[in-house]
Amino acid sequence: MVAPSRRMAAGARRGSAPARRPRPRPAPRTLALVATRKGAWLFHGDGARRSWRADGPHFLGHVVHHLVLDPRDGRTLLAAARTGHLGPTVFRSTDRGRSWTEAARPPAFPKAPEGEQGRVVDHTFWLTPGHASEPGAWYAGTSPQGLFRSDDGGATWMPVAGFNDHPQYRTWVGSEQGGTPDGPKLHSVLVDPRDAAHLYLAMSSGGVHESHDAGRTWAPIVRGLEVVEGFDPANLAFHDPHCVRLCPSAPDRLYQQNHCGIYRLDRPSDAWVRVGKGMPERIGDIGFPVVVHPRDADTAWVFPMDGTSVWPRTSPGGRPAAYVTRDGGASWRRLDRGFPRRQAWWTVKRQAMAADGGDPVGLYVGTTSGELWASRDEGRSWACVARHLPEIYAVEVATP
Amino acid sequence: MKVLVPSPLRSYTGAREVEAAGTTIADVLEDLERRHPGLRFRMIDEQDRMRPHIRFFVNGEQVFELAHRLREGDSIQIVQALSGG
Repeated sequence: MVAPSRRMAAGARRGSAPARRPRPRPAPRTLALVATRKGAWLFHGDGARRSWRADGPHFLGHVVHHLVLDPRDGRTLLAAARTGHLGPTVFRSTDRGRSWTEAARPPAFPKAPEGEQGRVVDHTFWLTPGHASEPGAWYAGTSPQGLFRSDDGGATWMPVAGFNDHPQYRTWVGSEQGGTPDGPKLHSVLVDPRDAAHLYLAMSSGGVHESHDAGRTWAPIVRGLEVVEGFDPANLAFHDPHCVRLCPSAPDRLYQQNHCGIYRLDRPSDAWVRVGKGMPERIGDIGFPVVVHPRDADTAWVFPMDGTSVWPRTSPGGRPAAYVTRDGGASWRRLDRGFPRRQAWWTVKRQAMAADGGDPVGLYVGTTSGELWASRDEGRSWACVARHLPEIYAVEVATP
Repeated sequence: MKVLVPSPLRSYTGAREVEAAGTTIADVLEDLERRHPGLRFRMIDEQDRMRPHIRFFVNGEQVFELAHRLREGDSIQIVQALSGG
């Protein structure tokens, strides 16, 4: 970032050119990747993140659970897709969405021996680019719970046997009927930026798990997490982490939005601390997404939903709002300027909230009612970028 | 033999009707996969079971087994079951 002005200063000293003010470097453009129940859209934002151009739909009619840009090359996109009738697949683009090809081998469980009931991937739910030192490496989480890895940029996928065939797998995930209404999911695959072999993942249901050897062995990490009242927290199948995020500025800190509250974990401790108790009582600390600040590990945002009675999964009271903590979860502040003040019964799914790397940080939420909202000031005010999209399943943001 | 392909799968075949060879449905699907990569997995899962909303008809009669034997001149129709909203 400083190189241009250094060159200019040197030139001025040599007297070879009149001293000019360095031209301000244009702010990076922002790309919001929106995956929906009926296709995917790319929203190209200007440097100020004020105006947006819609590119889409891609894969109209496909259920797209996740659309992710590879931060290592800034041009490879992967989309996890299926239709209501056809089996799951992964589409790949190496030109930022101008053209797509299908994975030659999408995530799939191994064929079971004769006479045994084998698992079948219903859909790929989550995509995570691998470590910066492993170009082409990706992880995928599926429904039902499975972990898969690609080493060729998403063209072919292999099961991570250390997890999928772990002797405790069945006790972790429980029955096929467990998990969310549209199928149990493996999500929140996290790669430690300091160590490519250090991984976390989470399952709804099945808890949070950690590997220190690139997925060969795994151990649960659920101490301190609550489960639904009356059930035994020692049973992993009762644990329902909704979303887990690792702080890029302090990778030993993780935040989690769980079925039973908001939590923080500071390694090397293995005990989660419920930090959602500081949320207003009338709002509670139930929700799906959590996002973290790219440079400040004390700052995180959540988007609470109504988790009372039959779990309406709507904004509490029909008044949507994000909440932010600036002190690691000790306190939370409501952020609702710009959102509807009443009768807005949408909410935000676990993959549908994202933060960019800007300063101030830009925040993005995609709603169950098909609206994309953005904030250019870390959530203090919000503006609607797009309406009338299909139900939004995931939002990712990149500055390619 | 002739295989009739439903519209959701024509992005693979580029045509409503394609040719494939084989003595069973499974063989025909393998041949279709060779000719149109990616097609089979959208219809048949990794345990070699027909996906829930995919149906196969031979000469107008629904068949339920991939091992169903075919005869020369049979025609196959692949159908995406009408369901959902």
